[in-house]
Amino acid sequence: MPTTAYLAVSAALFAIGVLGVLTRRNAIVIFMCIEMMLNAANLAFVATARHLAETQDPAKAMSGQVFVFFVMTVAAAEVAVGLAIIITLFRNRNTVDVNEVNLLKF
Amino acid sequence: MPLALIILLPLCGFLINGLIGRRLPRPVPGIIGCIAVFLAFIVAVTRFLDLAARPEDARSITETAYTWMAVGDFNVQVSLLLDQLSSVMILIITGIGFLIHLYSAGYMAHDHNDPDGVLYARYFSFLNLFIAFMSLLVLADNYLLMFVGWEGVGLCSYFLIGYWFQFDEAAEAAKKAFIVNRIGDFGFLLGIMLIFLTAGALDYETVFSLARDNPTAFDAGVAGALGGIVAITLLLTLGATGKSAQVPLFVWLPDAMAGPTPVSALIHAATMVTAGVYMAARSSALFDLADTTRLIVCGIGALTALAAAITALAHTDIKKVLAYSTVSQLGFMFMAIGSGAYVAAIFHVFTHAFFKACLFLGAGSVIHALHGEQDMRKMGGLATKMKTTNITFLLSGLALAGAAPFAGFFSKDEIIAQTYAASASNSLYYLFAAVALLTAFITAIYTGRQYSMVFLGERRDQQPGITSHESPEAQPEHAAQEIVPQEAVLQTDNAHNAHDVHESPAVMTLPLWVLAAGAVFAGFLGVPHIPGVPAQLHAFADWLDPLFPHAADAAESHVNWALLLMGLVIGWAGWLLGRSLGMNANRAMLPASASRLSLNEVYNQTVVKVGFAITAVLRWIDEKIIDGIVNLVGGFVNQAGAGLRLTQTSFISDYALAMAVGAAIVIFLLAGRFWPL
Repeated sequence: MPTTAYLAVSAALFAIGVLGVLTRRNAIVIFMCIEMMLNAANLAFVATARHLAETQDPAKAMSGQVFVFFVMTVAAAEVAVGLAIIITLFRNRNTVDVNEVNLLKF
Repeated sequence: MPLALIILLPLCGFLINGLIGRRLPRPVPGIIGCIAVFLAFIVAVTRFLDLAARPEDARSITETAYTWMAVGDFNVQVSLLLDQLSSVMILIITGIGFLIHLYSAGYMAHDHNDPDGVLYARYFSFLNLFIAFMSLLVLADNYLLMFVGWEGVGLCSYFLIGYWFQFDEAAEAAKKAFIVNRIGDFGFLLGIMLIFLTAGALDYETVFSLARDNPTAFDAGVAGALGGIVAITLLLTLGATGKSAQVPLFVWLPDAMAGPTPVSALIHAATMVTAGVYMAARSSALFDLADTTRLIVCGIGALTALAAAITALAHTDIKKVLAYSTVSQLGFMFMAIGSGAYVAAIFHVFTHAFFKACLFLGAGSVIHALHGEQDMRKMGGLATKMKTTNITFLLSGLALAGAAPFAGFFSKDEIIAQTYAASASNSLYYLFAAVALLTAFITAIYTGRQYSMVFLGERRDQQPGITSHESPEAQPEHAAQEIVPQEAVLQTDNAHNAHDVHESPAVMTLPLWVLAAGAVFAGFLGVPHIPGVPAQLHAFADWLDPLFPHAADAAESHVNWALLLMGLVIGWAGWLLGRSLGMNANRAMLPASASRLSLNEVYNQTVVKVGFAITAVLRWIDEKIIDGIVNLVGGFVNQAGAGLRLTQTSFISDYALAMAVGAAIVIFLLAGRFWPL
């Protein structure tokens, strides 16, 4: 399969994630959408890594793949913190609807 | 022993008394203060003897502590200069300073305003600080360091005039002294700047050698455009008129009497006010080049001396008489400077320090004994009650009157003779010499009058008709002064009644004796160069002459016997005349209007009013324009914030959308920039 196909899937995943973050009100769903955006980026990384290894230099496959691990690590940390915030939010406000969490406004 | 010790020892006393003095019991701060100054005096004497042991052409020692600032060609060292002039000054400052510290320990021991001894420690800390700054002033080897001391003594003067700051009069007198001095200091600073622009340096050696070797250098450049050497010396003179209380800036000194009497003796009679004379003498190389300036200086001196002497004649406040007398004697010193007779000026500084300090301390002793009474019309007959004060006041009074053979006779006569001798260059000096003779006569009259009013005759404090509120001189200025019980707060602990006059304690009478001895004998260091008189009797002039090459020529000139005789007659005749006048103390000597020079009113009508008008304009500018701009900026930020606040909608999707759009824009821009990868 050509590299452009992988990139197209990646772009589609990313766009779906962005739309989800912008339109959904449930914090958990927003969170899942963010994960989807991160994984869209991961897909783009590995696709271009393979593309570069095939067309130019096999050694260049490494950097893109290593970045994917970094992103995964960051995503894991983010999940730990984000879920903790959501749990605390639910305990205090008894909701995970982000539009209900509106104390800090004009 | 390094010269810096003379400055550092009183500075240590200042720090100890200033930091922990208020926790120490009453006599301790006084003892610390006295010891600090005494040790400085010991150092000064040691260094003086060391200097005197050197050959005449090696009597100049410079000790550099460190480089203060070096900016390009501008290089100022913190270095001290000990030569003939500064060694004499430093002996006066630390020696008489120590005696007055000692006296103060007794004088300030009973201050009802200060039951906890808090002010007591403050008094000695500032007195010590004054000695440190005054020593710095005379020991500095460049104009900028001298200026530091110059400002420092002004600051201490402000602190000590306002020592009893809870009384409005003292606080206002302190402010007045400081502000009036500011005008003079401004002139001095401008003079220093012009010197730097011309000579490229501020240390005495560079400046004076330039003045001696290449006098025309001062007529070039910026200084030349402004008037050359005359402009420089006139600006220095302006500084001197402020510090040394000359016309037109003398108005602060009479008010400065609101401070404690020992302060008046030390700062406003013996040392600080002579700083202007010292500065002019130090700058003799510059003044020698400017005949016009010297003529003006002599005129200022003559005018001040005569006006202040007449004013002193009209006053009945024991301290005010002495204050105006100080102004008048400083006028004499200025006449000497103006005549180019720097040695005579410094000699008068020297003798004046003794007898005027003694007179002030004697007056303090009288005030102390009379529980704060300062009106001479209520005194009289104290001679039998206060023997020491009487004798010392008499001796130093005779010295001030210029009665032979006391100290003032020789120094004042030398000034008159030198002023007369200067008439060879300009006949105006005849006039000045005549004024000097007249002033010497008036001086003798008011001094004799003061002595007899205070010490002779009968006590008058119970007589009717002399309460200050009915007296013709109880005009606003006097009335204002009566309200202030500055010295009245010094009443002794025991409830003496007014008749129980007692002599002051030994700690106060000892300095009186020493100073009186100086008033009697100091003159014999400056006897005129009469053939047959041993050299020791004009040691003072011989000591200073090498510094002032022109003065040496004048001193060698023949003695003016006519003037000497006139001075002798004038001194004694004036004294006896004044003595008999003082016996009729209730009769006003002069109309009350003469008791104050109207310059105060002139300043109120002109300078002060103009100042208030300028202030009103500046206030409008500040409130409307400057504050307006500030408020405009603040208001804009406020309004912008109020508008931007509306973007905080609380909908997370709004924030996320803004972020996404922003990210999209950034990516779009970056992509456009890097497009063909």
